[in-house]
Amino acid sequence: MSEQDSLWFKSPPPPHHPPEPPVRKAPEMVAITIDGAEVRIPATATILEACRSVGIDTPTLCFLENLTPVNVCRICVVELAGARTLVPACSRQIEPGMDIRTDSPRVRLARKMVIEFLASSVDLSTAPQALEYARRYGADSTRYGTSRESDTSHDRDTRLPGHHHVPEGIGAETVEQPVKVDNDLYVRDYGKCILCYKCVEACGEDAQNTFAIAVAGRGFDARISTEANVSLPDSACVYCGNCIGVCPTGALMFRSEYEMRQAGIWNESKQTSTDTICSYCGVGCTLTLHVQDNRIVKVTSPIESSVTNGHLCIKGRFGFEYVHGGLDQQADG
Amino acid sequence: MFGAGGGTNSYREVEETDVILLWGSNARETHPIFFHHVLKAIHNGAKLFAIDPRRTSSARWADSWLGLDIGTDIVLANAVGREIIAAGLENREFIEHATTGFDAYRQAVEPFTLESAERETGVPAREIQAMAHAFAKADRAMICWTLGITEHHNAVDNVLSLINLALLTGHVGRYASGLNPLRGQNNVQGGGDMGALPDRLPGFQHIEVDSLREKFEVRWGRKIPAKRGWNLTQMFEAMEHGDLRTLYVIGENPVQSEADQSLTRHRLESLDCLIVQDIFLTATAQMADVVFPSAAGWCETDGTVTNSERRVQRVRKAIEPPDGARDDIAIVCELARRLGYDWVQPDSKSIWDEVRELSPMHAGMSYARLEAENGIQWPCYDDSHPGEMYLHSRLWERPIVGPPAAFHPVENETPIEKLTPEFPLRLTTGRRLDDYNTGVQSGGFSSPLRRGESLDISPEDARNLGVEEGEIVRVSSPRGAVEVSVRIDQGLRPGLTFMTPHFQDEVATNILTIDATDPKSGTAEFKAAAIRIERLGAK
Repeated sequence: MSEQDSLWFKSPPPPHHPPEPPVRKAPEMVAITIDGAEVRIPATATILEACRSVGIDTPTLCFLENLTPVNVCRICVVELAGARTLVPACSRQIEPGMDIRTDSPRVRLARKMVIEFLASSVDLSTAPQALEYARRYGADSTRYGTSRESDTSHDRDTRLPGHHHVPEGIGAETVEQPVKVDNDLYVRDYGKCILCYKCVEACGEDAQNTFAIAVAGRGFDARISTEANVSLPDSACVYCGNCIGVCPTGALMFRSEYEMRQAGIWNESKQTSTDTICSYCGVGCTLTLHVQDNRIVKVTSPIESSVTNGHLCIKGRFGFEYVHGGLDQQADG
Repeated sequence: MFGAGGGTNSYREVEETDVILLWGSNARETHPIFFHHVLKAIHNGAKLFAIDPRRTSSARWADSWLGLDIGTDIVLANAVGREIIAAGLENREFIEHATTGFDAYRQAVEPFTLESAERETGVPAREIQAMAHAFAKADRAMICWTLGITEHHNAVDNVLSLINLALLTGHVGRYASGLNPLRGQNNVQGGGDMGALPDRLPGFQHIEVDSLREKFEVRWGRKIPAKRGWNLTQMFEAMEHGDLRTLYVIGENPVQSEADQSLTRHRLESLDCLIVQDIFLTATAQMADVVFPSAAGWCETDGTVTNSERRVQRVRKAIEPPDGARDDIAIVCELARRLGYDWVQPDSKSIWDEVRELSPMHAGMSYARLEAENGIQWPCYDDSHPGEMYLHSRLWERPIVGPPAAFHPVENETPIEKLTPEFPLRLTTGRRLDDYNTGVQSGGFSSPLRRGESLDISPEDARNLGVEEGEIVRVSSPRGAVEVSVRIDQGLRPGLTFMTPHFQDEVATNILTIDATDPKSGTAEFKAAAIRIERLGAK
């Protein structure tokens, strides 16, 4: 064999068959009834997946395809014949013969009340999905009294367990509190937090595994907190921004977006979004660049990407400033 | 040694493997989203072994950390190989079916007993043994590495020592088993794919194989030099000897990224003509005779890049470049026009279609398919080919398709620069999470994690030297000295120190590093310089 016949000089021939993943046994199909129609669905599916596969739009707030369901928001509940309570569609696996109602009066009432309770206590102004559900189910949060004017100097994080004070007068208690701006990249506005746990999951085992945040406190005092309620720069946070990526209400926001909103220049109708590949390491993460007036104003990643599953690191999410001249130019405005 | 350079597996396979050897890689910080897949594997029950002189944030996730001395990777790999053979855990069937040179390999690794390896690497024999057994017995196993393997003067031998382990156990060419170098820059894989190598044309086609070269000559209507060119190191040496007089640098900052900065600067100054095409006026661009301002490829132009799982992916123009900055294609075509070749300026898609015409491994990747399938992994030979999820499955087909894979026995060579009484400490370099290379890109955003450059040293060395966290010290190597503040890192063992290249304008780390390069790959030994530390107050 001459040197030029070696693999170094000539590629080997391709395999007879392109390589394939091991064959997994397809799940068996089971028959269930959804809103009176019998359908056949893979046995491994959840009720939510079953509903979506037949085109039924089931509302979700705490569910995301790249996170483990935690069943906390209860907006996805459906009525299951024979079950005492409504069941969360996002996590309940289907079983043969299930008879499911997704739009019964009981389901509609439950969903309406979920969104009413949230709307009465949380600022949903930057939560378009929640507002759309409120319209869909005719939610009227004023049924619980108007949201009381809160003292925004009061930080709920400083409240000690059990130290409730009885509210004066009639009105809905809110989670309003000062916005936390303690670093250059993130803003945390927990007056907009519906406690869906998505950020905790993305920071934890479902993606980043940094565990910088968790739910602290109980009952109405429950809130998202760093360890010992330290500021973000003093916490374990590594600024991947994956919590912002999954937040459904705008409670967590890029600082740049927050400041543009404050200045009244954030305008999504003028924004384009373009998928490209990150300019840093060789992993090849898909970035969706949100551009307004020829400036990148936000970076996300599509949840369908097999590389990222929707998650990024600090450089991918925040490291784009150099194309706009970097920090110096920013300082000039 | 398989014919084309690329990671053999897909990221999704990482999540379903049983054993991962993460060798010379701090992927938790340098490839964070790849590490997400590793974390999924860990949560699925995989065992992670971290082989690294530093106990990094990646090593903290490992079942076992093998903290070897710098430059002893081959000793460790050969000892693992020997132990696998001694325990009868090699994959006989695969070795006989798909490899050559096993007997020579067995003889070569014979002296590398666990005891001698413990002595030379500093890793306890029982830890080496445990890793060898876990790797060999696993149903699926992967070796993933980064610059801890390749930034050495014997880089190619280091890689060969790992390939030998995969051949020995049959952990290559199968789902979730393989060899995966993690690429450090967003298109270093694609650059190689496109022939930005001294001996390759697009698609890894060797320039010295007449039939391959002639295909390009016919298509382009021009003769192509029939011999390979210089690699980066040889180019810098040719500058030294006056054989290279003009240099056209596209998107690199060698003044700050090359080892031994004073020498690099001297060589660039000796050129007749230095042209730099970049989005920044980098330290290198400031030395240039001509600067071509270019657009940022990843967001101001259209094209493709290839990632570490060989996935060719589309980059798309999202914003207009600043006034005066132009697409790389436009600059190169304009330069050609001034040189008397009026190419009709092509768009990125027509250039890509030309690649598909000439490179069989890219033939099936139309822009339409790249859009629809979110990228395709090479090789992809025709419009109906799915692309190869993992490489080298031919080695498992019966009968084997193509030639067998060869063992390449390798001997260890310690780093060029030995520790001496004058320079008694080892300096190694690497990246941190929020910064990147010489910092021209990452320096553009404000990172709450950024602490600037530091010399990281072990608590023991700090105590011995009487230096404190934050103290400014002078660090000297045989090539020069810098002043830098000290940071104490529990993850470093006595005798080992660490710096990054991220803040070269403040602390020029590469004044210290050694320009000792691997003759086979042309990579410099950034991972092993000898230094001493002096307290400023003590002078």
